[in-house]
Amino acid sequence: MEKLIEIEGLTKRFGAFTAVDGVTFTVGRGEVLGFLGPNGAGKSTTMKMLAGFVVPSAGRARLAGHDVQKDTVAARRMLGYLPEGAPLYPEMTVRAFLHFIARVRGFAGSEAARRVGRALELANLEGVRELPIETLSKGFKRRVGLAQALLHDPPILVLDEPTDGLDPNQKHEVRTLINQMAPNKAIIISTHILEEVEAVCSRAIIIARGRVIADAPPAELARRHPSGSLEESFRALTTAPLAEAA
Amino acid sequence: MTPVLAVMRREFAGYFATPVAWVFIVIFLVLQGTLTFSLGGFFERDQADLIPFFQFLPWVLVLLVPAITMRLWAEERRLGTIELLLTLPLSQGQAVIGKFLAAWAFTLVALLLTFPFVITVNLLGSPDNGMIVSGYLGSLLVAGAFLAIGAACSALTKSQVIAFVIGVAVCFVFAASAFPVVTDFLSHNLPILATIARKLSFVDRFQNFVRGVIRLPDLVYLASQIVFWLSVNTLLLEHKKAD
Repeated sequence: MEKLIEIEGLTKRFGAFTAVDGVTFTVGRGEVLGFLGPNGAGKSTTMKMLAGFVVPSAGRARLAGHDVQKDTVAARRMLGYLPEGAPLYPEMTVRAFLHFIARVRGFAGSEAARRVGRALELANLEGVRELPIETLSKGFKRRVGLAQALLHDPPILVLDEPTDGLDPNQKHEVRTLINQMAPNKAIIISTHILEEVEAVCSRAIIIARGRVIADAPPAELARRHPSGSLEESFRALTTAPLAEAA
Repeated sequence: MTPVLAVMRREFAGYFATPVAWVFIVIFLVLQGTLTFSLGGFFERDQADLIPFFQFLPWVLVLLVPAITMRLWAEERRLGTIELLLTLPLSQGQAVIGKFLAAWAFTLVALLLTFPFVITVNLLGSPDNGMIVSGYLGSLLVAGAFLAIGAACSALTKSQVIAFVIGVAVCFVFAASAFPVVTDFLSHNLPILATIARKLSFVDRFQNFVRGVIRLPDLVYLASQIVFWLSVNTLLLEHKKAD
């Protein structure tokens, strides 16, 4: 299996506080990795380091073989990234925003128009394409963020809470979309919804206090608890004292 | 180059997407008009030139340029879009240059809209239009240096107000450093600093352009101020982007 995402000993310290502590894992093409953990466990910080936004204190990350810190622009070409909270430019229309992304990514003319059209279609945004982003509901905004990440059809997707704020139908659509794309890409999604992990992820990593405490397929994680439920297993793992967890 | 142009285009359109651009242009033109015709004594001087117009321009720019640049980075930081922008495949330097060029292009539009002054002075007499062109070139360069300062100040904070206030303060230092108040004080106490202060001033160099004298040292000085502050901007982003 081709390793598209490689993380080695990634560490981030803010002063005396260690947010991410020696996280190491790889994700191959065809894998959908669910990134789980309590709030403040270091999920978003790890994803920000993977996208090259936060500079790691130690360790390194590579995307399709390109070092995120040394070969930044090449690494980012391989990546579709949905930041935490799906930040967008409020005064732009959906179409203008996606055209901006297309231009920054080096697409011009009819190629840019084609890419924007496809992204609008994938994220189901055709009905709101001419509306300013600030007038959209939370669910639509999240989908604009998703469209932006998919626009260049990247081999790697890093999506921080892609279904947050979506209604059940929209959640279902996004999961279907992720399932469709899964065979050709390496995907990391962070989420608090454990049923989502069971629905779309081929593998789950649980992170707590900045460390990886479990790395296995969701079904196997669920079996680790007598009840056989992923939720119980998650709770048992993430509330255990640090000594045990490590 | 494509990412730079994409950033520039988005940012330039952003000025006109809100009333900011129109408010700025109207206030700029009203201020320049009032200062030129009343304080500058445009008619009383009875001379066909734009010296009263250019005389006040740097001071109007000190006040208004930070208003153009205050949102450049502070707003990105407040909205969180800085994370989106700086994880796209472009370098931080390219993002900085794109935003700066957008602000500069906007300032150029505002300056070009002062064309009625040029027409007026040409209708009333026969001015040296070469001198006027040189004055506009100087204005554009001084505005560019102020814009680069303002953009760097905007990268410091997520508050546009703080970015504006710091921007005005720093621009003022570079505008006023050749003032007699400053240089007299320095030459009494620290004569070396007085010479340096006079050399640092944007306004002194701007006066050469207004007199129709385009000197290489002035061009190089203002261009290097722009490059210096854009580098400061890039470094600030590097160190503070995720704060």
